[in-house]
Amino acid sequence: MIPELGQLALVLALCLTLAQIILGLVGAQRGDVSWMAAVRPAAVGQFIFTGLAFLLLVSCLLRSDFSVLYVAQNSNTELPWIYKVAAAWGAHEGSLLLWATILALWTVVVALFSRNLPLQFISRVLGVMGIISVGFLLFMLTTSDPFSRLLPPAQQGADLNPILQDPAMAGHPPMLYMGYVGLSVAFAFAVAALIGGKMDSTWARWARPWTIVAWLFLTLGITLGSWWSYYELGWGGWWFWDPVENASFMPWLVATALIHSLNVTEKRGMFKSWTALLAISAFSLSLLGTFLVRSGVLISVHAFATDPRRGVFVLALIAVVVGGAMTLYAWRAPKLVSEDGFTTLSRETFLLLNNLFLVVAAAAILLGTLYPLILDALNLGKISVGPPYFNSIFMPLMLPLLILVGIGPYLFWKHDTLKRLLGQFKITVWIVAAVSIVILVVLWERAGVTAVLGVIIAGWLLVSTIMGVVLRWRRRQKVSRGTWGMTLAHLGVGVLALGIAVSSSLGIEEDITLAPGQSTVVHGYRFAFDGTRNVQGPNYQAIEADIRITHNGQPVTVLHPQKRVYDGANSSATEADLDPGLFRDLYVAMGDPLGNGAWSMRLQYKPLIRFLWLGGLLMVFGGILAVSDRRRHAGVSVPKFADERQVVAKG
Amino acid sequence: MKALFFLLPVGIVVLLLLLFWKGLYLNPAQVPSPLIGKPVPDFNLPGVGGTSASLKSADFEGHVSILNVWATWCIPCREEQPELVKLAQQHVVTLYGLNYKDDADSALQWLQTQGNPYERDGYDPKGQVGLNFGVYGVPETFVVDSHGIIRHKYIGPLTASLVNGQLIPLVHELEQGSK
Repeated sequence: MIPELGQLALVLALCLTLAQIILGLVGAQRGDVSWMAAVRPAAVGQFIFTGLAFLLLVSCLLRSDFSVLYVAQNSNTELPWIYKVAAAWGAHEGSLLLWATILALWTVVVALFSRNLPLQFISRVLGVMGIISVGFLLFMLTTSDPFSRLLPPAQQGADLNPILQDPAMAGHPPMLYMGYVGLSVAFAFAVAALIGGKMDSTWARWARPWTIVAWLFLTLGITLGSWWSYYELGWGGWWFWDPVENASFMPWLVATALIHSLNVTEKRGMFKSWTALLAISAFSLSLLGTFLVRSGVLISVHAFATDPRRGVFVLALIAVVVGGAMTLYAWRAPKLVSEDGFTTLSRETFLLLNNLFLVVAAAAILLGTLYPLILDALNLGKISVGPPYFNSIFMPLMLPLLILVGIGPYLFWKHDTLKRLLGQFKITVWIVAAVSIVILVVLWERAGVTAVLGVIIAGWLLVSTIMGVVLRWRRRQKVSRGTWGMTLAHLGVGVLALGIAVSSSLGIEEDITLAPGQSTVVHGYRFAFDGTRNVQGPNYQAIEADIRITHNGQPVTVLHPQKRVYDGANSSATEADLDPGLFRDLYVAMGDPLGNGAWSMRLQYKPLIRFLWLGGLLMVFGGILAVSDRRRHAGVSVPKFADERQVVAKG
Repeated sequence: MKALFFLLPVGIVVLLLLLFWKGLYLNPAQVPSPLIGKPVPDFNLPGVGGTSASLKSADFEGHVSILNVWATWCIPCREEQPELVKLAQQHVVTLYGLNYKDDADSALQWLQTQGNPYERDGYDPKGQVGLNFGVYGVPETFVVDSHGIIRHKYIGPLTASLVNGQLIPLVHELEQGSK
């Protein structure tokens, strides 16, 4: 009964969404206020029924109703309840439902929190978001029904993939989806503005907080994902340039570019068509990511459940949504004109460069991700593109960008002079030079050129960002929350870069065989293997090792890595254990048993690895701070670059 | 000229859509297996128990055979089971099973309740033989010719159209070839 209710809820949500589209788009075109007034209630109803369907699926999972195919395939009775809930987005149908639910959530939040915006504009925005919703609802109702029955019911369900049974992994997809789907708001704002034909700077001001919120969820999702792969995938890596990771990274890069270009459009009335293009592209890349992950065109591990109709469906959705938006763009964008100009040395130039680097990086990743598919489609053979390509193309693009990030915020809008700019950097340059010499002396022997360069550039970014705040404080200048947010986010980038450069160049990794009673020393830390024992978990059995770690004879910690065998899935997983520290992690993962109680083990010393996720979190906090700036809230009017005039006057 | 520039994004989207369209009809499951054209690996396995007989490399000599890798924990196997039973009833080919990383009790129960299509069914609880066959997911199905050479490998569940459209024609072709 409950599964049927779920299907019914989806059908009702579909009807309400259709109403939302027609009332919104047609109503706005005809200027009919009574039609437009009904758009918000339709959006609320859509959210209620989509959310209800999602809750019903969760309830089927919690009750282990194995007469539902999805439940039988992704959950079993022995699973802890939290992973029963997480199984709701563990596979294709459920993750689509989560997508649709989150989209409905964004829609309803936009509907409720934009009462100050013109009714015609917001009706168009909700209409456009409705088109996307309809796509996903139809997808579920036609080819990917999460509620289809399994008759006769299974006795016991299959297990959720063991490596997914982890708190960070359970929380990671919803975060990522919040980000992916949140970019649909910027998309809808851009499309609504293009339909209306009035692309002044107001839409950019309205769209910016939404974009920042979506971006911070995306940042959080990627950070969680990377943290998860670090301790769960078992060998201490934190980024693999895997197609699924790339699918989330490309929208992030473009969304980051978008936040910066929205700033120019909002404050200076320029880059209008470029900003609209970025807004459309960021969400298009989210859809592309969904297609790549869900259609199975790229990854063979998930090829079993691939039904070509599903791929065709997402493809049709992309054709309608992205193709439609880009056509609209080609038609309307040429008519947009900049309201002002700028000279070479100005904040605009630096923001443009920022956009250039980020977009080129995203394009390079897109090319690398799709290259195997392109070759295969042209019958040129099957190949895979790995980390060497991505690293060699990504690093050279990011290092100059980091240098620019250190300078950009100091510049005036429109026009600046080299003399004034250099004056700002007097102290910074000395500090960075002194630090660089120390770094060169300490690192030269042990690390490569790229790593040393990375550390110095990260140091430059950190020092110049902090000095920016110090200079403002010395001038008794008021610093807005938006500026604080930017400062925090830029610091986050610097901390992240420092973490990457140091951990990848100075980290030590040893694969070694240890028998009980043996020990080995890694970077001054003695790892002693005391033996193994059997452990019974809620739904797995494990062999657990005791690794005692001492440093100069002082006990540090005892680590307990495990080798698990899960009951339902009949598959094993390596559960690494680590001793976290702000400045270094000690990491142990078990390999294979080698007889007589001996095991192959991977021991690692990882300096500053925590800075990676710390940097990610700083960016997230920066985003939160920027959004909380009251001036950004829709409807609050801001005189054009008022705060910057102040800077000019006082600076 | 300027208008052309703004058409560029649409152009890129159209090109990508064409690429993906093509991509959907490529089969990532058709991984060129290094074992195709090689003889079946050397092995000797006991049967699952009960009525199912043991399975060894020599059983692949003298006739075309199909080896289906299955397990009771594998949901897609449940889907393809009726197809296998139907195929067995047609008596066009010798059908063998490889019970992969499973336990004998549940495997036996499965064969009794779902029907046993296999002439012989090797019991491979550790997956060692599966490893030698290059199995990396279940179900997988191998077509072996009368000289014991692996000729083809399907990944994923067999469907009626796959069996009638590809598998049986391939079996006939291999039988013609060996005469």
